[in-house]
Amino acid sequence: MSLSRREFIGIGGAAIAGAALAPGLRLVELARARSPEEAATKLQRWGMLVDISKCHDCDACVSACSTENGWYGHNRPATDPQWIRKVTLKDKQTGYVESLPLMCQHCEEPPCVDVCPTGASFKRPDGIVLVDKHICIGCRYCMMACPYKARSFVHEDTINQKSYAPRGKGTVESCTLCVHRVDAGKIPACVEACTKDGNKAMVFGDLKDPNSEINKHLAAGPSTQLRPDLNLNTGVRYRGV
Amino acid sequence: MKKIRLMVFGVLAVAAAGWLAATPALAAETAGAKSAIGPVVKTYKGDKCVEDTEFMRRNHMKLILHQRDETMHKGIRTQKHSLKNCIDCHADPKTNSVLGKDGFCESCHVYAAVSIDCFTCHSSAPEKNGQPPRAASANPPGLMEKTISSAVMGTVNGNHP
Repeated sequence: MSLSRREFIGIGGAAIAGAALAPGLRLVELARARSPEEAATKLQRWGMLVDISKCHDCDACVSACSTENGWYGHNRPATDPQWIRKVTLKDKQTGYVESLPLMCQHCEEPPCVDVCPTGASFKRPDGIVLVDKHICIGCRYCMMACPYKARSFVHEDTINQKSYAPRGKGTVESCTLCVHRVDAGKIPACVEACTKDGNKAMVFGDLKDPNSEINKHLAAGPSTQLRPDLNLNTGVRYRGV
Repeated sequence: MKKIRLMVFGVLAVAAAGWLAATPALAAETAGAKSAIGPVVKTYKGDKCVEDTEFMRRNHMKLILHQRDETMHKGIRTQKHSLKNCIDCHADPKTNSVLGKDGFCESCHVYAAVSIDCFTCHSSAPEKNGQPPRAASANPPGLMEKTISSAVMGTVNGNHP
């Protein structure tokens, strides 16, 4: 079979058009909820905005996280796991006290990933920083590297773990941004609880989607990262700190 | 004639010996759970595994390992080859677990002398089958409050921008 010049150009053009169109179609697909067999991609970066002026004396986010992910303390504050905690800030000169929820900040340049000797600490393409407990040897370098004290070490045997949030003695754990919920197109448990039972101080969304709720909030007013001097480009941002 | 009779008797004797030898093995196989030797392989839900039994016997660990990395690192959460799917079908409704003496995973792993590492982190119970809600049992509210209030003090106080 031989092709004429005209036919060849025609087929080539169609192929180029198809190739150009296909990624576009895929983009639209990913903007909606991901199907279970689809991998997380760089097209998204998940983030959170916490408005401190709205955050008061309430621990809805902390208890929601604990219930959702099945972590609990043993009344030993020094070693109990804390995926998220409430931190009180006090201005020593004026005496003004404010409170904020602190969890893994899901940095773009996570120090915990830099120092991990086994590759257990890693960042997903969509910006969620996780611990692969299959690989974690429990050395706790990441805990020392994290400027936010966001990670905990499991000191005790665990019981009644959730199927989507396995946790075991001898490994490090931290906020997963409720990755199992995000993968299913839902929002993290803390944000849901804050919106429902709390003071509506938290917004979750895709930082790469210009039309997402979080980006509209971020564009509408000032916000800051905790320790911006470290250049980690955190996924969690705060307003009113 | 005597020779023929002897031969027939011999053949019968051999057949009987063979049958006798085969019987205990047969009995062990049919008795299943009652026998102390050998694994207890029972399925409590569904008629068919996600793959052939022969394939699963040799390769279940490869499937679970592959799925583990897919889920953890890429966020691919298909049900078919997930550990959760194994547990959902194979957990004994009485113990609500795949572990225990007659548990699907443990009985076979003990028989084969291969240690399972899954359940130091993963729950051995299917989530749907009336597992007690953990918030009520393992996390009394008083404990929680104490943890938070003590944690609140010494953290990023000096560090915030």
